Amino acid sequence: MKRSSAILICAFASLQWVLYALAEPNSNPNPNPNPRQGYDYQSADVQSLQDDEFSNPGMLWVDEGRDLFAEPAGANDQSCRDCHNQLSRVAASYPQINLRIDKLVSLTDQVQICREIHQKAAPIQYESRTALALTAYLVHLAQGEPFQSVPQHLQSDLLAGRDYYYKRKGQLNLSCAQCHEQNAGQYLRGDLVSQGQSTGYPVYRLEWQALGSLHRRFRSCDIGVRAEPFDLGSDVYTQLELYLRSRSQPLPISAPAVRK
Amino acid sequence: MSLKVRISLPENATSNDTIEVKTLVSHPMESGFRLDAMGEAMPRNILRSLLVTYKGEKVFEALFGPGIAANPYVAFYLRATESGDVRFVWEEQNGDVTEIVRYLAVI
Repeated sequence: MKRSSAILICAFASLQWVLYALAEPNSNPNPNPNPRQGYDYQSADVQSLQDDEFSNPGMLWVDEGRDLFAEPAGANDQSCRDCHNQLSRVAASYPQINLRIDKLVSLTDQVQICREIHQKAAPIQYESRTALALTAYLVHLAQGEPFQSVPQHLQSDLLAGRDYYYKRKGQLNLSCAQCHEQNAGQYLRGDLVSQGQSTGYPVYRLEWQALGSLHRRFRSCDIGVRAEPFDLGSDVYTQLELYLRSRSQPLPISAPAVRK
Repeated sequence: MSLKVRISLPENATSNDTIEVKTLVSHPMESGFRLDAMGEAMPRNILRSLLVTYKGEKVFEALFGPGIAANPYVAFYLRATESGDVRFVWEEQNGDVTEIVRYLAVI
């Protein structure tokens, strides 16, 4: 009797495990039962710098992005605004598939594609001031709203992003999850480890003394665990960005955030 | 090329009010002591000063050095006496000047 109930429990447990493994990552129980913004892990002075819409240095890029958005560029002498006069919350749905190239693209990539195809303007570097300013402006427009949940047709990219998140890498042999899931809230030297949420990006980092993209942050983390970093705007980082978007719900977008 | 700046100054104030004036300017403040990724020295590029006058009278001056972080933020208090122009002048190391004038109405 004892034995058969033990077998039953085992069978039940493994069935649960199978069900869990089969379930799509979206329907998985949230890996962060209590999602918290990077903001919550900052000191009071950094938080107040972010809260003050005037003093927040990231707003310099937002201002610049607002101007660039209305400024005609390229051979077609078109501004972004000429096509997109109602563009408020679009940042909440990126990364998404661009149907023209049938590929997952980040918001910055999309800006680049628009410049290339519609404006016929010179390409901009991923981490250039122009790219950061336009991205910061667009993300700032969506401030206060959570990222949209990841739709079904992005599952393969989402899974690839999740794989990267849980993959050990570098000489330190650490995955993203080991710091940002298992040890969030613990000290890493003088800093609190955050959950690694992406809702504040692009962020103004006091260490960088400039605005930086999420992919720049990924590179810093990869270099930190002594792994070979990928390029800014690479497919792997865009997939990881998508996975972080799925983890961030229901946190509101708060870019440009300020970080130490 | 003029600098991109943000200024926070109330449009009006009551006489003898003490008001807070805040300025933020977009500037790399490159100290001249750093090397770039290729090991080349990055040339020094800093702001020299910020001068603020109120109705022609100097009310605030800041002299910047290479130790100031990028995008300098400066805040100070000003006693509103009479209506008049508040003039902000940033000077760069090459002598370029960015000047912004805001009108403060004192009721």
